[in-house]
Amino acid sequence: MDRRLIIEHIPRLRRYARALVGDRYVADDLVQDTLERAWNKFYLWRRRRPGSDLRAWLFTIMHNVFVNQARRRRYEIEQAMEEVPAVSVRATQGEQLELQDVDRVLRSLSPEQREVVLLVAVEQLTYEEVSGALDIPIGTVMSRLSRARERMRQLLGGQTVMPLKVVK
Amino acid sequence: MKPVTEADLHTYIDGALSEGARAEVEAWLASHPEDAERLRAYAEQNALLRSLYNPVLDEPVPAALLAVRPHAWRRYAAAAAIFALGIGLGWIVRGMFITTQMPPVSLARLAATAHGVYSPEVRHPVEVTANEEEHLVAWLSKRLGTTLKAPKLAPLGYELVGGRLLSGPQGPVAHFMYQDARGLRLTLYVSRQKGEPRDTAFRFSQEDRVSVFYWVDGNFGYALSGEIKREQLLNVADVVYKQLNP
Repeated sequence: MDRRLIIEHIPRLRRYARALVGDRYVADDLVQDTLERAWNKFYLWRRRRPGSDLRAWLFTIMHNVFVNQARRRRYEIEQAMEEVPAVSVRATQGEQLELQDVDRVLRSLSPEQREVVLLVAVEQLTYEEVSGALDIPIGTVMSRLSRARERMRQLLGGQTVMPLKVVK
Repeated sequence: MKPVTEADLHTYIDGALSEGARAEVEAWLASHPEDAERLRAYAEQNALLRSLYNPVLDEPVPAALLAVRPHAWRRYAAAAAIFALGIGLGWIVRGMFITTQMPPVSLARLAATAHGVYSPEVRHPVEVTANEEEHLVAWLSKRLGTTLKAPKLAPLGYELVGGRLLSGPQGPVAHFMYQDARGLRLTLYVSRQKGEPRDTAFRFSQEDRVSVFYWVDGNFGYALSGEIKREQLLNVADVVYKQLNP
């Protein structure tokens, strides 16, 4: 059931795409393009040695689609990025930081940093898998991760924060 | 002490370090509070990002995505459409039964409330006293359906007073109480968590006068409460965590 193999991964591809581009419809377009390309190249994956991870391969495809699309037509996300002022989102002492703020800070990262942070934090890929999926050396994975986390920490005020509610 | 690398620190919070390397990082963090604080913030980012995007997993998958197929599959379009519909319905039904995974913020509040109710008790602070520790732990373990441990906090000056069974939103809750020489009490609240097993970083919450450190480890949520300063409570929480995860 090859079809099932891929369908199983759709929820996680959607989660990653949503986190990556922000907008729900843009994200689902990205998933759709990824699935189309995956289907057309599926025979390549099947010829790999057994045990190779389909999920990591799908993330590789999504990364390529994302990069190509971002190059062709500018994603809304990139425009949104320019609107985000690089200031701390923590307004006043004692005010609870909300998940939207975390999302805003995530948007303020470069797409390259955002990809690494999300693959590590949300998708929980190993650094090696991230290196493979994005086709960058592991040292680059680590430096992007380190810079992204530090930037997020600075923007979030460097304090322990507590989510109040889940924002869909 | 051998200096740890920036990469080690990240690997530490992403949970991919070997036992030995982990101990080295922990030793480093114990003497480098700035790094420890920074790492706590990074671990928190992980938890927040997951809370933010995990709900996407529970959304029904749009039919358009399920309909994507290679050209050779077009022949089976009708059958596949029915299959897709089934999956789609499956997701919808699933969505009706699986509630969105809430961040464990209510855990802190529940624990603080239990702390507030039981810790001032003079005559009946616990149901089973520390004299019968073995029985207490066996009883609560049985009710929670797991193997519990009452952490040993005597080296920090807190002796076990005993514990009790509470009722929480997810069923039974184990509640352990500790006390120092001055009579200051700490309580540990252990409850089963809804949803898939997961791990969170330490989180802190100030619930009126009660400070709470809480975290989720697999299927269980833990919250340590006390009317003491955050830094002091963190020390204890660290020890509790390490004893529960040797």
